[in-house]
Amino acid sequence: MKFEIEYKTIENVAGPLVVVGKVKNAKYGEIVKIKLHNGEERLGQVLDTSDVNAVVQVFGPTDGININDTTVSFLGETFMIGVSEEMLGRVFDGQGRPRDGGGSISYREKRDINGEPINPVARVYPSDFIETGVSSIDGLNTLSRGQKLPIFSASGLPHNQLVAQIVRQANVKNSSEGFAVIFAGIGVTYDDYSYFVNEFKKTGALERSITFINLADDPSIERIITPRLALTAAEYLAYEKGMHVLVIMSDMTNYAESLRELSSAREEVPGRRGYPGYMYTDLASLYERAGIVKGKKGSITQLEIVTMPSDDVTHPIPDLTGYITEGQIFLSRDLTNKGVYPPVQPIGSLSRLMNEGIGAGKTREDHRGVADQLYGFYARALDARNLSAIVGAEALSDTDKMYLKFGDDFENRFLRQGFYDRRTIDETLDLGWELLSQLPREDLTRIKKEYVEKYYRKDAKEGDGRGKEKHHNEKEKEKAR
Amino acid sequence: MGNIERISGPLVIANDMLGSKMYDVVRAGELGLIGEIIQLRKDRAVIQVYEDTTGLKPGEPVKSTNLPLTVELGPGLLGNTYDGIQRPLAEIMEKSGVFIARGIEAQALDRGKKWKFVADDKIKNGSTVKEGEVLGYVQETELIKHYIMVPHGIEGKISGLKDGTYRVDEEIAKIENGGKSHAITMMQRRPVRRSGRFRRKFRSEEPLMTGMRVIDTLFPVAKGGTAAIPGPFGAGKTVSLHSIAKYADTDIVISIGCGERGNEMTEVLTEFPKLKDPKSGKPLMERTILIANTSNMPVAAREASIYTGITLAEYFRDMGYSVALLADSTSRWAEAMREISARLEEMPGEEGYPAYLPKRLAEYYERGGKVESLGGRVGSVTLVGAVSPPGGDLSEPVSQGTLRVVKTFWALDASLASTRHFPSINWLTSYSLYLNDLQEWYVKNHGDEFVDNRNEVMRILQKEAELKDIVQLVGAEALPDSERVLLEVGRIIREDFLRQNAFVDFDAYTSLKKQAFMIKMILYFRRRAEEAVGQGIGVESILKMKVREQLSRMKEVKEDELSKHEERLRSEIDNEFETIAKEYRQEGQAQVEEDENR
Repeated sequence: MKFEIEYKTIENVAGPLVVVGKVKNAKYGEIVKIKLHNGEERLGQVLDTSDVNAVVQVFGPTDGININDTTVSFLGETFMIGVSEEMLGRVFDGQGRPRDGGGSISYREKRDINGEPINPVARVYPSDFIETGVSSIDGLNTLSRGQKLPIFSASGLPHNQLVAQIVRQANVKNSSEGFAVIFAGIGVTYDDYSYFVNEFKKTGALERSITFINLADDPSIERIITPRLALTAAEYLAYEKGMHVLVIMSDMTNYAESLRELSSAREEVPGRRGYPGYMYTDLASLYERAGIVKGKKGSITQLEIVTMPSDDVTHPIPDLTGYITEGQIFLSRDLTNKGVYPPVQPIGSLSRLMNEGIGAGKTREDHRGVADQLYGFYARALDARNLSAIVGAEALSDTDKMYLKFGDDFENRFLRQGFYDRRTIDETLDLGWELLSQLPREDLTRIKKEYVEKYYRKDAKEGDGRGKEKHHNEKEKEKAR
Repeated sequence: MGNIERISGPLVIANDMLGSKMYDVVRAGELGLIGEIIQLRKDRAVIQVYEDTTGLKPGEPVKSTNLPLTVELGPGLLGNTYDGIQRPLAEIMEKSGVFIARGIEAQALDRGKKWKFVADDKIKNGSTVKEGEVLGYVQETELIKHYIMVPHGIEGKISGLKDGTYRVDEEIAKIENGGKSHAITMMQRRPVRRSGRFRRKFRSEEPLMTGMRVIDTLFPVAKGGTAAIPGPFGAGKTVSLHSIAKYADTDIVISIGCGERGNEMTEVLTEFPKLKDPKSGKPLMERTILIANTSNMPVAAREASIYTGITLAEYFRDMGYSVALLADSTSRWAEAMREISARLEEMPGEEGYPAYLPKRLAEYYERGGKVESLGGRVGSVTLVGAVSPPGGDLSEPVSQGTLRVVKTFWALDASLASTRHFPSINWLTSYSLYLNDLQEWYVKNHGDEFVDNRNEVMRILQKEAELKDIVQLVGAEALPDSERVLLEVGRIIREDFLRQNAFVDFDAYTSLKKQAFMIKMILYFRRRAEEAVGQGIGVESILKMKVREQLSRMKEVKEDELSKHEERLRSEIDNEFETIAKEYRQEGQAQVEEDENR
């Protein structure tokens, strides 16, 4: 048996931090066990260590901790989590303990939840297109296997539905390998949590999923470890078991707020809006764990939900996230107010890995051009819309009127899509051509000439496509039944 | 040798360190983590550790190497990928797999590999050689001759220099001075934090050609100059820097990924070996060195990576090469500085950055330039730094500190990027202060016409922006026809000249000759359109002209068919204008006849 010294030398307790005195050689980052006088145990981690004392951050509340009775023992190792395939289908709390009342799990191995940085030389560039069945993503900003793509949302926007729809519909072209979904709920409400669990149940993804859940009323310091548990389990499944893992982290804003809480408890010099100066590095230590590595079959794809405080994309949380992730899906309140679901606003959305994942053999030869051209025209349409708001639609030139109509059709037919409507990439691109063909052929200068000749529809000019939409609606209703 | 007293993140305080010097490299803990002394307090040393300190505990040993942080310089650098403190990442992968383990020792230059050294026949054994003098070369890659120079600080009588096949640490000659004998190998070391010495610095009169139209034509950077490219995320900093790394007409490219995405490095590593240098047709990797300290790698090494990069650049500059050093992103470097500074409990300056931030930025950019090296060769280091201002707001300290020293400013614009106008360099706010110095070069190589046309394009863009403001209020219809022509020409310049698709083969790179051709054609169209409007032809018929598509497809024209195409395009423009003029005259005639009949 290992000899464990119990220290009864707590000197200070402030917020989530405890200073333990007379500790000579606590390891930086090691885990401590805190035992209250009533026998209750809590975990903590060493944040600062010297030959006189150690500063410990407690995962969980600090109520009940006192100076004379509470004991602290140093466990000698960093935060570890047991991992195994048996975790699939199970629900854990924010510290990795089963919370679904299921049986115990025999773990294959224990892993440090902080992981290790992937050697950039060992990475494989993500280039497998994931067909999410959502036109605004597949057509304009594709998701690739191994990508980290956050959803920039805001309160009141349907980011949960969009993620649920992606999980239900996503499939990778030409692939039949095992997949798994890991959901890390960081400070989410019970409603949001049960929404996801129900959606997973409906689509049969539940048996292929692991859930780590830190609810809104769980200790906020625990939120620092919840996503790390999820990513450690993901790394095991991806790199040891060869699975393609989709990790959903919701909500990164709660995570960042916990980080700020901890930083202020440590009396650190605050950065922008009180967030710590190292928040970029800390977020990167999560996001950069997505990817594909040489010699391993699996992959880790991340979808993070970031709710932008007061819809502000320059707020430090979305801002730093955007600097690390490989693009972002931007949800718009305007589109939501217009009743457009999913409210993915192409202006502001981006997928940095799109170029390698599309084209002949992967999606279709004309994909790049169609996406670029839709962007070009939609931007012009928005200009025309602004102008018409000032001078009135009547005063617009014929050209501007044409673009104005294109903009409306683009939002109502291309962006708008039912919750149960799954469009293949071919359907998405064909729809794109239908819209592009409303405009004069000479204007399609962002597409290679040969593709314009091949796909431009001379007959589509008058087609308003309403019939098709009706068809979709019916299909949707049918499924809902 | 001392012992650890305290650990806080990447910062370690050790006692019993009397005798160690500032900025000496140390090995900390049982694992031997690499660190650097950044403060001395009596017998205590404050060390910034370049690796994750988790698991380290007070009492563990700290050993000083008594050497400052240096880089190894010699054959074997090109094509390599290093971390922030010049450890080869491929070797680390061999030793520790796909994840980077800690405390790994890996030498920057392969000690086992033999190189064919050719001695310079002008150097006679027994003669006196000076520091920096070239002794011979190794053909390191097909593209680059790696010149072996006398290390700085050594001079004297040389002996034993001859051709042969050597490893980098084998003696190739001896230099004797005052009874002291130095063994000369093909490898030398230089400290990274001090700028390399040289004889003198010049102003540069030659632009760095990048193949990006908005840069080469409108806002060029001189070889040996400095440029900053700040912008919010998604504005295309990285794509622009990659484009420069691919197509810039320099001899050597050093690309620093400082706290950026892992996959961006992977992209370079997968793509570059397949790409050919447009000048020589050889694989691009043969002239490239990558330094990768991605955002999830330890923060202290991020601070060092910038210095590692510039020291390598100076070394190749001293051989007489032109070097482009691309740093993405200098903001992460500054943030690493801020993080260390906060842990040192220094009094923070603006936004928590240390008060010495502007000085460090200026010092760094000052290490660029065109110089005559100690060995008498003329080379240059061009510095291009990406800046990632929080929220895209340039009023923050890193952007401001950078803009005060750099001479070229490529302002990335989020609203351009969001409509996929790439490169999203804003033509109204960007500037290049090199235009005057470079004018002579442009005139000599592309004629007076080019400079005039360039200035004309700038005038049109300025005027277009003013007109667009008016259009926003009253609509385009309210403008006179001549101004609507200008609006259309402005649109053509923006859409078909400034916008450039880095992902399409024919558009990714445009030679200056072709850029000149494209501008010439656009301005020719403008002249004809203005003439037409002057004759009374309505602007509507000009806006519908078919030849506009030809103009927008000029980028597809092959480089060797330019003059043939120019003739054809010119006559097509002429023809269509004649057609609309004819129609106009016929209409006019019909009108006159109608009036007469009445």
